[in-house]
Amino acid sequence: MTEEQAAHQTPGRSGRAKFLIGGLLIVAAIVYLIASSTQAAAQYYLTIDELMVKSDAMRDRDVKISGAVDGKTISYDARSLTLQFTIANVPGDLDEIEQAGGLAEVLHQAVSNPDAQRLKVVYEGPMPDLLRDEAQAIVTGRLGEDGVFHAEELLLKCPTRYEEEVPLQSGQG
Amino acid sequence: MIANFGYFALIITFITALYGAGAAAYGAIQRKPELVESARRAMLLTFPLTTLAALSIIVLLVTGHYEIRYVATVTSSSMPTYLKVTALWGGQEGSLVFWSWLMSAFATAASLRKWDRDRELLPWIVVVTMVTLAFFLSLVIFFENPFARLWLSSDGQQVAAMLQPVGARSLSPSDGQGLNPLLRHPGMVIHPPMLYLGFVSFVMPYAFAMAALITRRSDDRWIRITRRWALVAWLFLSLGLILGGRWAYDVLGWGGYWGWDPVEIAAFMPWLTGTAFLHSVMVQEKKGMLKHWNMILIILTYALVIFGTFLTRSGVLSSVHAFAQSAIGPMFFVFIGVTALGSLALLVERWSILKSENHLGSMFSREALFLLNNLLFMGILVVCFWGVIFPLISELVTGSKVTVGPPFYERATSPLWLGLLLLMGVAPLSAYASSTFRTIGRAVWKPALVSLAVPLGLFLAGYRSIGAILGYWLAVFVALVTLYEFWRGALARMRRHGEALPLALWRLAGRNRRRYGGYVIHLGVVLMAFGIIGIEVFQTETQATLSQGEQLTLGHYVMTYDALSQFDTADGRNVARAVVSVYHDGKYVGELYPRKDYYYASQQPMTIPGVRSTLEDDFYVLLVGWEPIAQQGATFKVYHNPLVNFVWLGGLVFILGTAVAAWPDPDPEPARSRMRAGRSTASAYPTGAA
Repeated sequence: MTEEQAAHQTPGRSGRAKFLIGGLLIVAAIVYLIASSTQAAAQYYLTIDELMVKSDAMRDRDVKISGAVDGKTISYDARSLTLQFTIANVPGDLDEIEQAGGLAEVLHQAVSNPDAQRLKVVYEGPMPDLLRDEAQAIVTGRLGEDGVFHAEELLLKCPTRYEEEVPLQSGQG
Repeated sequence: MIANFGYFALIITFITALYGAGAAAYGAIQRKPELVESARRAMLLTFPLTTLAALSIIVLLVTGHYEIRYVATVTSSSMPTYLKVTALWGGQEGSLVFWSWLMSAFATAASLRKWDRDRELLPWIVVVTMVTLAFFLSLVIFFENPFARLWLSSDGQQVAAMLQPVGARSLSPSDGQGLNPLLRHPGMVIHPPMLYLGFVSFVMPYAFAMAALITRRSDDRWIRITRRWALVAWLFLSLGLILGGRWAYDVLGWGGYWGWDPVEIAAFMPWLTGTAFLHSVMVQEKKGMLKHWNMILIILTYALVIFGTFLTRSGVLSSVHAFAQSAIGPMFFVFIGVTALGSLALLVERWSILKSENHLGSMFSREALFLLNNLLFMGILVVCFWGVIFPLISELVTGSKVTVGPPFYERATSPLWLGLLLLMGVAPLSAYASSTFRTIGRAVWKPALVSLAVPLGLFLAGYRSIGAILGYWLAVFVALVTLYEFWRGALARMRRHGEALPLALWRLAGRNRRRYGGYVIHLGVVLMAFGIIGIEVFQTETQATLSQGEQLTLGHYVMTYDALSQFDTADGRNVARAVVSVYHDGKYVGELYPRKDYYYASQQPMTIPGVRSTLEDDFYVLLVGWEPIAQQGATFKVYHNPLVNFVWLGGLVFILGTAVAAWPDPDPEPARSRMRAGRSTASAYPTGAA
């Protein structure tokens, strides 16, 4: 042990610089990886209102849009696997959602409000299990020239999926 | 009645835990051993108490007390009993109680060890574990009460409370909602408790680290005491992650097993710091270096464990796993902030006593390579953390929410994973302090040369994916190096002791479990890498609507749609089940039955794939739609997942290796037994199986 220590006393300083430079290079590489990957993979997450305002700037890039599914508008052609539906604007701000009474309430209001901004979505693929009235749809894709949103990815969330209010009618005592 | 009893038990535990923490701290500072002893007994008492609380919940769940909100939300009368019992962790409130129960169990287990020369650590272990326990109990008692009853208030609102609100009527539903059907899968039944076991188990090394800092011990005693805790924590965390992946593959019906979902990442982050920790503590044990770094790693791991529980339980980030929004978010935030800052402040205060006993020597010494390994794991951690918080940051800075999806994580982490693979091949051949580029080169050139056949072969076979070629090359290289290490060790034993190869291998691993267990883990990682690269790079998919008798082609596979039937089952499902025939290279290989279940009670459909599984690949068929009346057309989505079973196989080997490394030594003082060697080995090591 003592021999080893003695052997390493001399290269101590230059050794430290060597490690520092090596470490910094690796850290720089990691930072570069993160920055470039963020650049390449970042997706704007917008509400329908925001998309309408920025529609020109967003036309040529992938964006992610959240909205409430209007159940009446769902149509599906099983032959061509083409799914069409309309989503209504819901606020993107969590606090706002919370104040309005939670996600389920906000989705309900959005669908029943005829003045809410709407967006027609076209998606090619199987009909997802969770697509139903007042579900939250998160679609990723591009806004076409025709004002229809062409989704490549479709994610659905039902706010009541894990914990539901117990239905009142079930045997009140 | 039982609910009141359970709630009462929780309150008593909470008070006991607070008393234990206070008495232990005061007793240690004032040097009053009788107070510390009293605190230790308080800690021992929390285990039976939390057990009573958890049992109360289980009794309520099994006997169907639907007037209790928690029971009504997670169970229904049609559920089998074992699912009712496991519904203990099926929702937020119950899982927090389960967490607390594990915490008190582990604290008790730790306090039963022989303390002898570590007695001064004990009071601080009590403080850390009891503060953590009290925090989780406070969440349950004040915010997420599993024993709350349902009431109908005078204005028709449904409320949950422990005591009857003024003017409210009691509400007693005849049946509950039932557990989400997606969660009724054996993998899902044990996935959460595995993760929790891992999470809570990591609290112990943290507790010992803090105790060491407080008592100004600068040695590696805390690491040696908690080595097994850390390994077991890591074992369960790994198992939890693998099971979660398997569940997603079997149940979620998107052909994959890992989606870089924020909650997956939340469970993954403590695993990353934990893995870095397991590697870097070896440097402290062997060379007395990296003492500060190990402290930082364990503090980080503890914070991430709490953060992971928070993310899965608060609904702050939207994901597949998120439970409903709840009030406990700020509480978690404050607790993590206070404990992390407090621990770091303590570390800074004690910085000078944790002096390094050695300098980093060569760039290629084992300690330097371990450091590099840590750097890469931290890099992956930063990528994950950045990905999770990026939407929040971008919203703060630019005003619009920008998210990053799986492509971000894949792109940013894959070079780091490849770097780790390379290290895995090189580091085991390095020596502490003295390795140089030349000595390493001498040790690895043979396996490196042999493994070159892989990229060459892949290239000649027409593969052009650089990631895959590089990945498979490194994977084979690591496998060769690791197997060569086993061979070398066994050969030495065979020569020296005249043992046969299996016996030599057995004893080799038995003698140095951590080292050879670690190698087995590395082999598991290699197998998993095979599978992961396979599915990431070579997965193909197609979808089509077929009439009866029509066929669909994907790669070497052809599938024909034969029939579809639809029927109700006794447990409240409607099942649509298709029959398809599968041909591989024109040869009939069997029928698959992809189906879709619809749960009437929760109005939720569930897609169960039909899978033809071989070591080479999975042919994964989803029934995604059909025409119910004509029963002629049905829509299928089909995935070809090459090598995916190596992920599960590798996972198995990985867990096995961890078990070998964590297996208790037959003799509490292995150093002495080794001196007695010879005769004692035969009797001392048969338990070293695994």
